Amino acid sequence: MSDMLSAAFVTVFIATVIAQAMPLMLAAVGETLGEQAGVLNLGIEGVMLVGAYTGFVVTLTTGSFWIGMLGGAIGGVAANLAMLILNVWLGLNQIVIGLAITLIGEGITSVLYLQNYTKSPASLGQQPKLTLPGLSDIPVIGQALFQQSGIFWICILLTLGLAFALARTNWGLSTRSAGQKPSSLDAAGGSVMRTRSMAVLLSGALAGLGGAYLSLLTTATFSPFLTNGLGFIAIVITMLSRGRILVVMITSLVYGLAVAVGPALQVVGFTVPADIIKMLPFIIVIVMLIVFARSSVVPPALGAPYTRGAR
Amino acid sequence: MTIAGALTTGDVISLRGITKAFPGVIANDDVSLDIVGGQVHCLLGENGAGKSTLISILAGMQQPDSGTVAIGGEIVDISSPKVAVDHGIGVVHQHSTLVPAFTVLENLMLGETGVMLDKKRAAERLAELADLLGVQIDPHVLASDLGLGQQQQVEIAKAMWKGSRLLILDEPTSMLTPQAIEHLGESIARVKAQGLAVVLITHKLREAYAMGDCVTILRGGRNVGTIGVDELASYTEDQARDAILAAMFGDDLAAAGESASELAGAAEATLESRSIDADTRPVRLELRGVTSRASGRDVEAEDVTLTVREGEILGIAGIDGHGQAALAEVVAGQRSASSGAVIFDGADITRSGVHSRQQLGVRYVTDDRLYEGTVGSMSVALNLVIKRIGQRPFWRSGRIQPKAVDTEARRLIDEYGIRTPSPGTRAGTLSGGNIQKILLARELTNGARLVVVNKPTYGLDLKTVRLVREILIDFAAKGGSVLLLSTDLDELIELSHRIDVISRGRLVGSVVNDGAGTAEKVGQYMTGAIEGTDR
Amino acid sequence: MKPTGSAPRLAQGLVRSVVPVLLALLVSGLIMLAIGAHPLDFFAGVWKYGITGSNWQRSLSLMSPLLIVAIGLIVAFRGQLWNLGYNGQYLLGAVVASGLGPMLFAVMPAFLATIIVFIVAILAGAVWSLIPALLKARYGTNEIITSLVMSFIAVGVVNLLIKGVFKDPGTSTPQTTVIPDTDLLPYIPGTEIHIGFVLAIVLAIVAQYVLSRTSFGLRVDIFGASPKAARHMGLNSTWMVILLFALSSGLIAFAGSIDILGQFSYQRADWDPRYGDAVMPLVFLARFRPVAAIPFVAFYAVLATGGTLASQQAGLNVDFLLVIVGLILLFMTVTEYIGERRRLGQSYLPPGLRRSLPVPLRAESERTPV
Repeated sequence: MSDMLSAAFVTVFIATVIAQAMPLMLAAVGETLGEQAGVLNLGIEGVMLVGAYTGFVVTLTTGSFWIGMLGGAIGGVAANLAMLILNVWLGLNQIVIGLAITLIGEGITSVLYLQNYTKSPASLGQQPKLTLPGLSDIPVIGQALFQQSGIFWICILLTLGLAFALARTNWGLSTRSAGQKPSSLDAAGGSVMRTRSMAVLLSGALAGLGGAYLSLLTTATFSPFLTNGLGFIAIVITMLSRGRILVVMITSLVYGLAVAVGPALQVVGFTVPADIIKMLPFIIVIVMLIVFARSSVVPPALGAPYTRGAR
Repeated sequence: MTIAGALTTGDVISLRGITKAFPGVIANDDVSLDIVGGQVHCLLGENGAGKSTLISILAGMQQPDSGTVAIGGEIVDISSPKVAVDHGIGVVHQHSTLVPAFTVLENLMLGETGVMLDKKRAAERLAELADLLGVQIDPHVLASDLGLGQQQQVEIAKAMWKGSRLLILDEPTSMLTPQAIEHLGESIARVKAQGLAVVLITHKLREAYAMGDCVTILRGGRNVGTIGVDELASYTEDQARDAILAAMFGDDLAAAGESASELAGAAEATLESRSIDADTRPVRLELRGVTSRASGRDVEAEDVTLTVREGEILGIAGIDGHGQAALAEVVAGQRSASSGAVIFDGADITRSGVHSRQQLGVRYVTDDRLYEGTVGSMSVALNLVIKRIGQRPFWRSGRIQPKAVDTEARRLIDEYGIRTPSPGTRAGTLSGGNIQKILLARELTNGARLVVVNKPTYGLDLKTVRLVREILIDFAAKGGSVLLLSTDLDELIELSHRIDVISRGRLVGSVVNDGAGTAEKVGQYMTGAIEGTDR
Repeated sequence: MKPTGSAPRLAQGLVRSVVPVLLALLVSGLIMLAIGAHPLDFFAGVWKYGITGSNWQRSLSLMSPLLIVAIGLIVAFRGQLWNLGYNGQYLLGAVVASGLGPMLFAVMPAFLATIIVFIVAILAGAVWSLIPALLKARYGTNEIITSLVMSFIAVGVVNLLIKGVFKDPGTSTPQTTVIPDTDLLPYIPGTEIHIGFVLAIVLAIVAQYVLSRTSFGLRVDIFGASPKAARHMGLNSTWMVILLFALSSGLIAFAGSIDILGQFSYQRADWDPRYGDAVMPLVFLARFRPVAAIPFVAFYAVLATGGTLASQQAGLNVDFLLVIVGLILLFMTVTEYIGERRRLGQSYLPPGLRRSLPVPLRAESERTPV
């Protein structure tokens, strides 16, 4: 019992929660943006993998985690281009395109990784740490929270910024109307195409960032199928959060907690089979879906391509 | 207050030779007209005459194949809704363009270009416009919580948001109570007084000469007649009506005659079917305190008690979305009752489903003929027998019998004059009128005793409207019972023996349709129930 | 009620089904070139290891689970239900065969044991689909998400079973007891193709008949075209969702049990062939017709059988098949788009799904102006 409460243990535990929650949060915020604009992206799993892989490769070649994150975001945008062109512009079926993106993302990253990195296992090197004088010295929490990489803080700021923008700017209002009733946006002189395109690109960048965070900071390496369904969990989190980004942040933390509990128990002597740890988030998600079945509301125009004049 | 860019009185928006064709139909054929500031210009014509296409062009939703639009003598290219807004052209569409999940203010701010939402400035602008229109609008309620009249006020404010020079109202009265129409008329007058041009689209003659300063009549996509300001002012009401009718129906006038003018809403509607000795007839359908079980966002029927007798047409009047669908479905068996009883021919059928009610002779013609009443991707023939699925002779031991289906289909197509290339044609490719005939043919044959019809003529052309009404009158004359739910007061008065009024899912009044004054009585019930709760 | 001129329509439909596959193969070849692999080696390898010698028999054996999965997906998709939990459902059926099978074979005749395994596998799949089905029927919760999540849970459950109660005590690796050859499904005489192949073909024909000729099939189509219309016609939508999901999921689980009893004879932990991912584009190309799915499934069976070895020879790994499948999906939507524009052939999608495609102008003008 004393192990449970030791300072070092709690520090590691909090750090694990954050490390697990961040990739999911970024991806779910991206998915939220897309869904608010009316685009359900089932390809997010593939987009995350592409982001994770490009982030990994860029970091390896440049040696910079920061440039690696940028590479992840760009990879995510590139992967989402298929959704942009085929769905937003041409109005083709979102579900089919999303699944195609997931399959191609899974396949191509696995092929490329095994082709290039199996013979010589690559190491990413030391993660950058941002020490905040004063705050970092607080025992337990200081070490867990305030010795995170600066990337962590930038991602948090980005998320909060998006939450603000969605609620308070004209861009946010247009984005939400594109998911609620695109014909209203059109009639009001806004462009449904441009609004949705923007949302899909941003969504890809965020999901790519989420993937890169996973490979660079959480696991510190890439492996095929690294995300293992995390993208789909992001979709569920998005559904349950009903477009509120702050709720997305909290739910992601809950997920991080659930994942961190397994290893933590192991430290104190309970052995939990790895399969249960892997299953746990999905079980939590299905329980949440059952409990909140009535309230998981998605924007009315989600999934429907917009054609002017069609009702 | 000033309205940016308002036309000075006499300034003109000119349409010249506007032509727009869709595959298979010419929606606008060389239409020219002038819209003048400080005047209400009525655009009149029946469904499909090209009114909607013309305003879509003015609103930038469609581009004409040829022809020009000029504002104050300068030719403009309205290539998108945004351009239209920039030119000060505001449109109040027939169907709400408000986002239900947004507040009034958010709806009004949609389309602004600055970075941040400026709620303060928006609230000021709203107050300014509300003042101009002579209405009161709470900026912070959700659009979904507004009554229809208020929604329309917000729509008008939205159309004028960026400073309008032309306000277009597309069938603005179709969903309103008589009293709300009066309010609308006042608002239009105030807008006109500001020097704005107003285009009012309608298919009702009475409105045209009551509200309009001049009238343009469209038929078959062409401008078939214009009555100028001076001309209209010099006419008596009867003269105006005759002039418009002559333009609307042309050579058909003789053939269309009185019924056409009635259909066009030229005169007060009157009961067509003779009154019946209702009290002596057996009761066919009785609802006793029926409340429908909640299913989603619809307004439910609450504590509804009514009777329909043999050979009787009972009309249910009310504004759209006040529980009509729930009432229809609870009778048809598609929705269950959480309390109360449904009695049919003396037997309690509260617990039986669609199928067994169908067998007993309870039928339902839904208002959503495209996606609920028919399966568009399936053949006309299948749609005609689809409610007898699995039954002989069309199915034998689960296997479909194409011959039997085909024979029955040909019989019904013939009897109801359904215009289809063949029984095998996909139902979804037919016109709305023919789809409605499919529904009527299917529901009224094979032992129908009571039919629930919801908005049976909504969106149909005049000839089919006539036909549908005759079919219903005929059905009742032969002893069938009809529960007619409609938002069209004229239709209710023409067909019903009695009219009950529904509001917020409850029946709030009952009027025997026995002559003049029925419309006023029904209207009073509608507004009596609605005013004060309209938000 | 045959549409007029059915021959040219059939030809156009065929073009629209084959073109996406060809484009996907072409582009995947280009991708191989781009990442320094050898497309010609790959395709030659597919031919060599998928067809030549007695390899065609291996391909036909693979067809059996693939085709049954295809039928399972068709049943759900026709009713406009996106059952994407196929991977988990398949593994559940497989683990019933690999785990329960050895125990049953030890105590009763093989024939009886096989029947029981099949029944339990189908039930397991059906029961697993209850949560997505009930959530969909009751609250309209998106079944894509729920079935996917349930699939991930199933994968975990199956692994736990294989490492736990079903583990072969004889080996240290986590796997089930190997079922002896004598207890496996018999071969078609003169070949090494197990009778699961025949079963699958028969099942496809039966499903085709039921879906296209009977009142049940029509009910499914009505439900798929518009749940609102289905309710209007008096169909019980709750029951329909549950039934279709159970049928779909049960069939997919059945495919898993056949694969074990016909082909693999045991199951390792973490084994997941993901047949459903590959089959999904194929059922679209077959326009949800079970019999039409047969040639597409045959094509993919060859690609997968030969592709495993061929991809290694070409300097890739087997996951490259996922890229090909994804590309087929993409080109399918593009071909669909061009076809819609040109009104060629028929659509892949049932009307309910097609409604999320842009409505061509012609249909637009026919709508009732209201």
